[in-house]
Amino acid sequence: MMADSRRTVDAVWRIEGPRIIATLTRVTGDIGLAEDLAQAAIVDALSQWPESGVPRNAGAWLTAVAKRKAIDGWRRRERLDERYRMLAHQLAAGEEQLWEPIPDDVLRLVFTTCHPVLSREAQVPLTLRVVGGLTTDEIARMLLVPVATVQQRIVRAKRTLSAANVPFQTPEENEWGERLGAVLGVVYLIYTEGYAATRGDRWIRTELANEALRLGRVLAGLMPHEPEVHGLVALMEFQSSRFAARVKRDGSSVLLADQDRTRWNRAQIERGRAALGRADAIGRGRGSYSLQAAIAECHAVAPTVEEADWTHIVTLYEALGQLAPSPIIELNRAVAVSMASGPEDAVPIVERLAADGALPRSHLLPSVHGELLRQLGRVEEARAELLTAAELAANERERAVLRAKAAAL
Amino acid sequence: MKYMLIMRTTDEAIAASRDVDFEEIINAMGKYNESMVTAGVLLAGEGLSDPDEGFVVDFDAEQPIVTDGPYGETHELFNGFWIIEVSSKEEAAEWASRAPLGAGTRMEVRRVHDESDFADHADNEYIQKEQGWREELGTN
Repeated sequence: MMADSRRTVDAVWRIEGPRIIATLTRVTGDIGLAEDLAQAAIVDALSQWPESGVPRNAGAWLTAVAKRKAIDGWRRRERLDERYRMLAHQLAAGEEQLWEPIPDDVLRLVFTTCHPVLSREAQVPLTLRVVGGLTTDEIARMLLVPVATVQQRIVRAKRTLSAANVPFQTPEENEWGERLGAVLGVVYLIYTEGYAATRGDRWIRTELANEALRLGRVLAGLMPHEPEVHGLVALMEFQSSRFAARVKRDGSSVLLADQDRTRWNRAQIERGRAALGRADAIGRGRGSYSLQAAIAECHAVAPTVEEADWTHIVTLYEALGQLAPSPIIELNRAVAVSMASGPEDAVPIVERLAADGALPRSHLLPSVHGELLRQLGRVEEARAELLTAAELAANERERAVLRAKAAAL
Repeated sequence: MKYMLIMRTTDEAIAASRDVDFEEIINAMGKYNESMVTAGVLLAGEGLSDPDEGFVVDFDAEQPIVTDGPYGETHELFNGFWIIEVSSKEEAAEWASRAPLGAGTRMEVRRVHDESDFADHADNEYIQKEQGWREELGTN
């Protein structure tokens, strides 16, 4: 029974938590205090709901309890702090409207938990906690760190926000773009941690990636006029649509070219296309998330690798390289160019990267270079590149594949 | 995890709903749907038209037989669904119980299969580590 009520309270928190915290933060001006008050209300819920049943409007119940706790706390310290005394007085006098959630509060909350004063290490658990409505246990499980670490990071994040006196506001127009970029960056970081899974088993990866998608959809609801929010949702939907086809039964990876495309999740691809459509419909052009989503869309709609619109993919990579230049994007462009117009056009791009000393410790550059040279029949050079790639490869399986490729020349 | 919320109603409930302002029903449903959209959980959802616009395909005989009209003598009619992505069974229950439905209706809630139901768990973490890079570079 106890475990059941814990799960029920968690479920209510999951749904109502962000709005409760947002409302309490607006009133108290302090996200840390708001979180503490909400926690105290949850403790009450855990002891009372098993007896009384879950209240009809559980969110309002929790908010009201948190409010009472705020007033009690402030009264105790009323001699100490004039501001709190005023607040306690106002709240007790029944300014109920202050406790009604308004949608903008959650948006302020998002910009606060992703505030640049916080490190990424702090932004991620704080955002999952107060915007995602996850428990610290769940966050610890998803991020594969101890619960104490998560708690510590959240506590420290709240202290930092308080010390820096971060206002509970959405950013001003002149810093909007940059701050929005930071918010989207946090969500995408959560997603890629789930997608590329530096650690852990597949189930955890999917769960974390789904969490990022949920956050993305929340952002799309909060900021429907921002094209990059929809672009990010689209990108995550497209990438997730390939989850089932990405890993073989024995746990080894499947390259895009070899994936069974019938196992791609069509409903998810359609959601991705709809989200990209919403980004485009705003009519302010494509940012880097929308461009990456558009590339993913080209693959998603192609029946085979060869049938993808590679010429268009090259154009998209060019645009992406202009917006966010990186050797990885350039290398991807080289692969796309080789598919669109042949390896002879792609080799100079790779050689330029090599001459610049790009990606020095990665096997990716020599691996792509070797493959292109192989296609051109430049056997000796291809072998040398593939063997260099094999030496740099991070795991045995990868190394074996590259060596076999070199030996087969 | 994904759940399907399957809305079921009865002839009696449908008859009763005819007395309610249709605008009111649309508003209540709209508000419910919107709350799931803004929470980021709603993946899909549709309402179904009257059963007399549909038909039934019966597989009892050797050849499937198509018959008009409502489904047999069952009074509980399937008239709409939602698919939501949530983190627990309890969360699905919480969302289901918030639907603006009244007496004579009920919600059947079923978990949708996902890949983890079929996956083996022998993933190799090193291979996975590479995958993010390799997929970007493999041929895409």
